[in-house]
Amino acid sequence: MMTFDQILFYALAVIAVLSAIMVITRRNPVHSALFLITTLFCVAGIYLQLHAEFLAAVQVIVYVGGIMVLFLFVIMLVNLETLSQERRFNRQWHIAILVSVVLLVEFGTIIWRGKAALQLPANQPLMDTLTTNNSEQLGVVLYQQYMLPFEIASFLLLVAIIGAVILAKRRLSSDGK
Amino acid sequence: MVPLNYFLILAAILFSIGVIGFVMKRNVITMFMSIELMLNSVNLTFVAFSRYIQNLSGQIFVFFVMVIAAAEAAVGLAIIVALYRNRESLNVDEADRMKL
Repeated sequence: MMTFDQILFYALAVIAVLSAIMVITRRNPVHSALFLITTLFCVAGIYLQLHAEFLAAVQVIVYVGGIMVLFLFVIMLVNLETLSQERRFNRQWHIAILVSVVLLVEFGTIIWRGKAALQLPANQPLMDTLTTNNSEQLGVVLYQQYMLPFEIASFLLLVAIIGAVILAKRRLSSDGK
Repeated sequence: MVPLNYFLILAAILFSIGVIGFVMKRNVITMFMSIELMLNSVNLTFVAFSRYIQNLSGQIFVFFVMVIAAAEAAVGLAIIVALYRNRESLNVDEADRMKL
């Protein structure tokens, strides 16, 4: 008899994998983007199952609300006619299958060999969940132990903003305008 | 309670799908989406281990991976727009020179 936890996990995992397959098989990039959003939502659900509530919220806000909307904007900026003429399978699919089979065998071996070591207890909460929640715990760790990386990350975002603006700026024409 | 192995296997499958998409597709936008898929599967592994080892550092790492993904998406999509403006195509096979 499967518990509710397991049923939820299987449902989310199956939807995530199926829509991930749809992402790479659809020819129209808008469809790919929408299926990727489905995958991201399912992964957010799995985060919730793992008691990472803050990350689940950030996943939906940043990935779905930010990054995927940016993707859709760019897809609409470029010409969709040229995009949809791509062939679904090209001559590189042999390499793709080979690489992924090698990767899957590798992952499988590692997980199989480490099966005994991976039997970790999962019942006890991270800290006292009655007085603190996940966001609070994460905030304490982030702003105390990981303060410098946090500042560096903010600087990286600044660099990315400037780089994106410079790259996407319409090129000033060379005849002096 | 779902065992840790299941999360790792799910992440491995998602990562492999991302790799297949990255190698197989020639459209630069879909290749980008495959990269996002791979980053997400790694995030899933981080969160699963963070939960089972009872250490919050894994979740902090996911936070930083998301920052990198956002920065990468901003710069990468700007490059895609510039590429399209100069070449009228998003096929990576046609973008083999840095000069115009």
